[in-house]
Amino acid sequence: MEFSYNWDWSVLFCTVQDVKIGCVAPYFYWIVEGFGWTIAVASAAWVIAFSWGSIIGILRTLEDPIWLRIPVVKSPVNFNTSAIEADNGVVLINIAWFLHGFATIYVTIFRNIPLLVQMFLWYFVLPEVLSKEAGMWLKRELPLPEYWTSVVCLGLYTASRVGEAVRAGINSITQGQHYAAMAVGLTRVQVYRYVLLPVAYRIIVPPLTSDFLGIFKNSSLALTIGVLELTAMTRQIDEYSYQTFESFTAATVLYILVTAIVMFVMRIVEGRVSIPGMISLGAK
Amino acid sequence: MESGFDYGIILKSVPYLAEGLVLTFQLTILGILGGLVFGTLLALCRLAPFAPVSFIAGTYVNFFRSMPLILVIFWFYFLVPFLVGRPVGGFWSVTIAFIMFEAAYYCEIMRAGIQSVKVGQVYAGQALGLTYRQNMQYIVLPQAFRNMIPILLTQAIVLFQDTSLVYVVGLGDFLVHADIVANRDNRLMEMFSTVAVVYFILCLLGTLFVGRLQRKYANE
Repeated sequence: MEFSYNWDWSVLFCTVQDVKIGCVAPYFYWIVEGFGWTIAVASAAWVIAFSWGSIIGILRTLEDPIWLRIPVVKSPVNFNTSAIEADNGVVLINIAWFLHGFATIYVTIFRNIPLLVQMFLWYFVLPEVLSKEAGMWLKRELPLPEYWTSVVCLGLYTASRVGEAVRAGINSITQGQHYAAMAVGLTRVQVYRYVLLPVAYRIIVPPLTSDFLGIFKNSSLALTIGVLELTAMTRQIDEYSYQTFESFTAATVLYILVTAIVMFVMRIVEGRVSIPGMISLGAK
Repeated sequence: MESGFDYGIILKSVPYLAEGLVLTFQLTILGILGGLVFGTLLALCRLAPFAPVSFIAGTYVNFFRSMPLILVIFWFYFLVPFLVGRPVGGFWSVTIAFIMFEAAYYCEIMRAGIQSVKVGQVYAGQALGLTYRQNMQYIVLPQAFRNMIPILLTQAIVLFQDTSLVYVVGLGDFLVHADIVANRDNRLMEMFSTVAVVYFILCLLGTLFVGRLQRKYANE
C-alpha cells in the first residue's frame, strides 16, 4: 500500500492568470465564490424554513376546534362529522381539524421523500406540471432559476423538520400554563403570542441549531441542478487541475469552520436564553 | 416535449428500475451493518475512561457530523482507489463512505442509549455482585438497546433516503436508473414522480412501523 500523490497546495492560492508562472486559473476565487453561494443558498433557505416551519409546527398543535361560519341559503345536506356541523342557514366548518391535517400530511410527505428527489421534482417536473406560461416563466424569465429552486426546495424540506421541533417545544410546555393563560382571558392568538411561543422558542434552540447546520450541509445538493456552490467548485477545481485532495481539503476545512463557529455562537445564545430550572430539549 | 402522462414508459422500465432499487437496498443494508459495528466500537471508545481514546472518537464523530454527505462521498470516491493502489469500483468506495459517515451518527445514538439507562440500575447490578461485563451484558445493554431501536430504525430510513446521493458519482442506483431513462426518452415528469412515489411509500411504511414500535414500548 502506497500513497503516491503529489501535494501541491499552491494550486489553492492560485490567483494569477499566467501560464508562465504555471498558474492558469483563479482557483482561489472559485473557492471564495463557491463559499459565497453556499452561504447565500443556506441563509435564504433558512428564512423559508424558519417562518414556514413555525407555522407548520403551530398548526400541528391545534386541538380545540376553530369554527368558521359560512352562511348558506338552506343547508343542503345534514353534515354530521367532527369537521362540519350544520346550523339553520349557517354551515360551521371546523378548520382546526383541516389545518391540523394539512400540516401533518405536509410533514409526512416532505420527510419521506429523499431531498435529492425533491430537488429534481422542483427543478424538472414542476415547470411541466404548471401551465405553459408559468412553466416558461420558471425556466426562462426567473433570474437564477437554479438558485431559487434550490432555496425553495431546501427551505420547504427543512420546514418540516423545524415544524417538528416547534411542535415538540410547544407540547413540552405544561398544560397548566395554557389553562392559566386562558383563565386570564387571553384569546387563542394571544395565548400563542405571549405564553406558548416565547417559551417554546427558548427551549428549542438546540434542535433549531442542528436544523440550520443541516440546511448548510444540504445546500451542497444544489450542485446537482447546477448551482456552483462550495462542493461544486471544488469538483470543478479537481477537474481543471487534477489536484483533487487539495480542493477537497479546502472545502472540508470551510465546512467544519462554519459548523464550529455556529455551534460556538449558538451555545452562548442557548445559555443566554435558557429558562431557569428547565432542562433544554436537546441537552445531553 | 410530448404532452400527456405516459404510463407506458414506467411499465416498460420496471425491470431496469428494479435493478437500481436492488443496488439502493444493498447500499442501505451494508451501510447499516457496517455503520452499526463501527458505530458501536466508536461509542465504546467515546465512553471509555481513557481520555485520549474518547477524545479521538469524539473528534471523529464531530468531524463527520459537520461534513455534507456529498463531500464525504466525493472524498472516498477518489481517496479509496488511491489508498488501495488500484481501482476498486465505485460501489465499494461509496459503501465505505456510507459506513464511515453513518458510524458517526450511530455512535451518538448508541451513546445516548447507553446513557439513558438509569444509574440506579447499574448500582443495583453491582449490589447483586455482578461483574462489569455481566452488568453491561444483562442489565445495561438490553435496556439501552431497547431504548435505541426506534431511533436506530429512523436513522436507517434516513440512510435509505441518503443513498440517492450516489447520483453525484453516477453509481446505478434507483434514482440514477430513473434519471437515465428520463433523459433518454425525455420523460422527466413520469420517471421522477415514479421515483418520488416509490421512495415515499417505502419510507412511509418504515416510519409507520417505527411509530408502532415506539407506542408498543411506551405501553409496556
